[in-house]
Amino acid sequence: MLELESLCKRLGLFTIAELNLRLNPGEYFVLLGPSGEGKTVLIEMVAGFMAPDAGRILCEGQDITTSPPEARDFAVVYQDYALFPHLTVAGNIAYGLRARGVKSREAAGRIRALAETLGIAALLNRHTGALSGGEQQRVALARALAPRPRMLLLDEPLAAVDVGLRARLRHELRRIHQHTGTTFLHVTHDPDDALYLADRIGVMLGGCIRQVATPEELFRSPSHPEVAEFLGMRNIMTVDSASQGICRAGGVEIHAALADESISHMWIKPEEILLSRQPFDSSARNQFRCTVEEWENSGPLLAVRISSGALSLTALVTYESFNVLGIDVGTELYCTFKSSAVHCF
Amino acid sequence: MSTVLGEARSYRISWFALIFAALGSVVLLLIVAPLLALVLSSSFGELSQAAADAEVTQSIRLTLAAALAATLICTLAGVPLSYVLARKKFCGKTALLAIIDLPIIIPHSAAGIALLTVIGRRSLLGSMTGGLMGSATGIAVAMAFVSVPFLINAARAGFLAVPERLEKAARSLGASPWRVFFTISLPMAWRDILSGMVLMWARGISEFGAVIIIAYHPMTTPVMVFQRFNDYGLAYARSVAVLLIIICVAIFVVVRFLARRPTQEAQNA
Repeated sequence: MLELESLCKRLGLFTIAELNLRLNPGEYFVLLGPSGEGKTVLIEMVAGFMAPDAGRILCEGQDITTSPPEARDFAVVYQDYALFPHLTVAGNIAYGLRARGVKSREAAGRIRALAETLGIAALLNRHTGALSGGEQQRVALARALAPRPRMLLLDEPLAAVDVGLRARLRHELRRIHQHTGTTFLHVTHDPDDALYLADRIGVMLGGCIRQVATPEELFRSPSHPEVAEFLGMRNIMTVDSASQGICRAGGVEIHAALADESISHMWIKPEEILLSRQPFDSSARNQFRCTVEEWENSGPLLAVRISSGALSLTALVTYESFNVLGIDVGTELYCTFKSSAVHCF
Repeated sequence: MSTVLGEARSYRISWFALIFAALGSVVLLLIVAPLLALVLSSSFGELSQAAADAEVTQSIRLTLAAALAATLICTLAGVPLSYVLARKKFCGKTALLAIIDLPIIIPHSAAGIALLTVIGRRSLLGSMTGGLMGSATGIAVAMAFVSVPFLINAARAGFLAVPERLEKAARSLGASPWRVFFTISLPMAWRDILSGMVLMWARGISEFGAVIIIAYHPMTTPVMVFQRFNDYGLAYARSVAVLLIIICVAIFVVVRFLARRPTQEAQNA
């Protein structure tokens, strides 16, 4: 569908270098990466608002690197939706249809059908100024979808809305994608969005794509510790050596249910590490002495950094446990976690 | 203290508000006092006499028409320039912006002399057109020269206020740059452009320095006010001045009313 071949762009402080990407027809592709990493620049290049320094952009085998935006047939949905304030909702949706010369009778039918699908039929005669965030997003989607573009480019469309609405809009996006079958290229900094929406995710770090995978693959086996960390994985450790069920890191032997010779890293959720004053018998396979290095508030919990030999881990505890255990810097404790809590990649 | 804080506050007079208001009224007085005094000092009889004077009405017609012609032609040529200045980055843009502001800062009589060298009888352009001195066209050119920056700057501000993302979204929906300009940029900036046109027109009407150098005759109204003051004294000049002021203010009010921004409620009514 869309192919980016060795795309390069230098702009101010960051560089996109030799970026290659291939989108399949009809897929929901999410480009995931921290803010300021060039995701928006990439969208601008794909949309045709910015020319790459080098490389090619192909769509359905055709080189469109130098085509003007209107000839590419990709509709952009922006973070703030960029609705035309001087037009009604219907006028907004009709805009692309008029621009593409769709006959007015057919246009009216398409507008009605889209408005029904998106649940905005009642808003058609309203001006855009009085719409809620959710309504605005739906109008923006309807406007983008109306001319039946080859691809939809979504630039952080969920970044501007609050948490409650976000989940609903995410669901809506997924439903609309399934309903229309259009190829979606969505850029976001939020791993949750990517996980929920994407057929495939491309992780963009430092101006290049570090990994392209399905959400399951990505979270099961991130290609690199940096990718893992960006996805929200914590306590990521390089494995010195590993065998079936056991790996060594920082001089400590750790039981890991899924470890084998092929793994190079492991990580443990901080919530799954138990701290205690005394050793105790349990089904958890990992238990060793450790020292508290530092601690800090982490929302409703406290993050306690502990070390054992060269190994350093962060555990999350409640304020109550913190007080009961009398934790302070230098406190000697035992840490315990199950072998199934150790994830390997 | 049963009142809510907000209410209690609004009754307290602060030195801050008082001093700022006092300083502000000095400026307001400076503008309003002479105008009001002028209008109040002239009688209705004086005005109707001036309004019946064919010389006066002809001069007012000439002034309004020449300034309007200058405004319309400059709008046609200047709006695209304003758009480019609002949207594009290019080398020399700062210099270009400074050049556009030049007519505001140079003395207008000097501007008139400068214009003479281009459109006077001995100039190339002048020899082709038979000289624009003493013609309505020449007057319009002088008016355009001194007043066009107001139009360009207002229109540019209008285009700057249109978020570029709107234009990009429109392009991505299949609209050509032409279509985007006429269906997004222009409809969203028209109020600023119109207010720029009114400013330019008003500035053109009031121009004296540059116009009198290009054309003493036919006489524009500001020139006539000067001439009558010189030749016959204050009373004669006053009625013409008041008439011109009334016409300008009336037009100004009407156009401002037409270009007022609709409120949110009105949009969704």
